[in-house]
Amino acid sequence: MNNILNVNLGNWRLDNPVIPASGTFGYEFSQWYDINILGSISLKTTTREPRFGNSTPRVAECVGGMLNSIGLQNPGIEKVISEEIPKFKKNFNKKIIASVGGNSIEDYVFVSKMFDSMEEVEILEINLSCPNVKNGGMSFGLDEKTVYHICEKIKNSCKKKIYIKLSPNVTDIVSIAKSAELSGADGLVLVNTLLGIAIDACSGKPIISNIFAGFSGPAIKPIALRMVYQVFKNVKIPIIGCGGIRNADDVIEFMSAGASAVQIGSANLVNPFSCKNIIDDLPKKMKKYGIQKIEEIIGRSHCI
Amino acid sequence: MKKQDFLKVISNNLIAKNIFKMCLVCGCDLEFIPGQFLNIKIDGFYLRRPMSICDFENGIITIVYKIVGKGTEALSKISKGNKLDVIFPLGNGFDIKKSYDNITIIGGGVGLAPLYFLFKTLKKMNKKVIVYAGFRTLSEIFFEEEFSSIGEFIISTQDGTKGNKGLIIDILDKDCDYYFTCGPALMMESVRKILGQNGQFLLEERMACGFGACMSCVCKTKFGAKRVCKEGPVFFANEF
Ligand SMILES: Cc1cc2nc3c(=O)[nH]c(=O)nc-3n(C[C@H](O)[C@H](O)[C@H](O)COP(=O)(O)OP(=O)(O)OC[C@H]3O[C@@H](n4cnc5c(N)ncnc54)[C@H](O)[C@@H]3O)c2cc1C
Ligand SMILES: Cc1cc2nc3c(=O)[nH]c(=O)nc-3n(C[C@H](O)[C@H](O)[C@H](O)COP(=O)(O)O)c2cc1C
Ligand code: FES
Repeated sequence: MNNILNVNLGNWRLDNPVIPASGTFGYEFSQWYDINILGSISLKTTTREPRFGNSTPRVAECVGGMLNSIGLQNPGIEKVISEEIPKFKKNFNKKIIASVGGNSIEDYVFVSKMFDSMEEVEILEINLSCPNVKNGGMSFGLDEKTVYHICEKIKNSCKKKIYIKLSPNVTDIVSIAKSAELSGADGLVLVNTLLGIAIDACSGKPIISNIFAGFSGPAIKPIALRMVYQVFKNVKIPIIGCGGIRNADDVIEFMSAGASAVQIGSANLVNPFSCKNIIDDLPKKMKKYGIQKIEEIIGRSHCI
Repeated sequence: MKKQDFLKVISNNLIAKNIFKMCLVCGCDLEFIPGQFLNIKIDGFYLRRPMSICDFENGIITIVYKIVGKGTEALSKISKGNKLDVIFPLGNGFDIKKSYDNITIIGGGVGLAPLYFLFKTLKKMNKKVIVYAGFRTLSEIFFEEEFSSIGEFIISTQDGTKGNKGLIIDILDKDCDYYFTCGPALMMESVRKILGQNGQFLLEERMACGFGACMSCVCKTKFGAKRVCKEGPVFFANEF
């Protein structure tokens, strides 16, 4: 693999900064391309018990993006460990990022501990930002104290590195990010979806059955990019940038703002080759902009 | 094998009120199963639009679609010669391996589209098949000639402007071994009540990826949650 694309998340060396985001990717993508070209993969958020998620319709379209209210559908930690991860292992030979969700602090700790014992898992990504569940999810990621408390609890019961995935639906992302850092988090994922709604003009009714939904796609990029920029200036731990990324330029922009790696979400759903295309295009774009090693550009927007 | 490709539009014409027929050159030796669908990217829209394969002959895929919103309206304006970004073929398709002799197909409105490819395929297998098609009114009827030229095709319209007046389910012959149906949910539910569990449904659900990655399109079955785009869109009647 081309080492001009290598990046570090702490002491974990990735072949490149491109990681499919939680909930938008599965081992099924190996039918489209060899997924071993990816930096890593963030698994669908897993909870203690199986979850069916919200009722349908769960998706809607909007200008420049989409709304989803999947509601963390997943088969539960036991099945993820016994069935899903082995399937990934067959198609993917690098370490993965396990995304952890829950309804209570105890659930988060329980699931984190289960993943903590898995050799395939390098990072625990703590999802404190899902807007589509009633208890837990985003409600845990909205204030500094709760974030601190939950991160500390998980950190104290796990050996692996923990990255906190934060919600953009807050007034002050910096204070929440700092609180996560203070609690011992090893890194941050910025950001999850924005809270939105879609209404049918004809009937006047909300389109999505759960009414509110998570807004993602190219339209949210400026907000996600701004949050990475603001947080980078205020924390020392690595940031994985996420939100609206769809091409190599977007990756370069997020890394310039301060991201050490990036996650690609919705783009995978619209074009299954998105991550592959980005990885193929990055060296060409770097050449065009005179970038020798991608790692060198992390945070460069702040020096200008 | 699924693929993403740019398919050339060779025709895109109005064939009934708000209903268009589009032909796309597929230029490959793929085989499709009736009931499978395409997921079409339309310029200016973020998510793709799922459309059933209505026919496949000599490397040309036909779709028949109804204008229901902005995406399908934009699709109707695409002129021949343009290329469309399409992911295909998606979904499981109808299970037609089992040998039934006396088959009924029931379609409602544009739900008839995928049933044409199914009808043709079953006829090639020398099956005895009757198609029942329900429309709202005369101006919305499409593919009458196409269906009639290969077999028995019975029409009803709600307002009686063509064929039997009323709902298609009111005139179904209960004497059949097996059925296939696609159309409004209420119609399919009535079909099940009348013809029982020996059949298959083609379901619709709002989709994002269309290939199993996002969990947007799930439905609850007796055997757990299933993705309409991947384990479906065709389900056995006894799964519900
Ligand atoms: C497997 C499958 C096969 C289909 N085959 C056909 C066909 O052969 N002919 C045909 O006319 N229609 C078919 N449909 C329905 C068709 O996909 C929708 O009518 C179309 O997506 C509407 O797009 P729009 O932008 O005009 O409507 P809008 O309502 O403006 O669309 C907004 C969003 O909702 C989605 N959406 C709206 N209605 C539906 C629906 N009924 N099903 C799924 N998604 C929907 C759209 O894809 C889009 O993401 C099929 C749907 C599925 C799931
Ligand atoms: C269909 C769908 C499902 C998602 N599921 C999850 C999830 O389970 N856990 C999570 O942390 N984020 C989830 N997300 C959020 C994405 O991982 C990502 O943070 C967000 O979509 C913003 O990035 P994007 O604009 O590139 O999509 C989901 C997003 C989508 C579109
Ligand atoms: S539409 Fe994405 S899983 Fe079915």
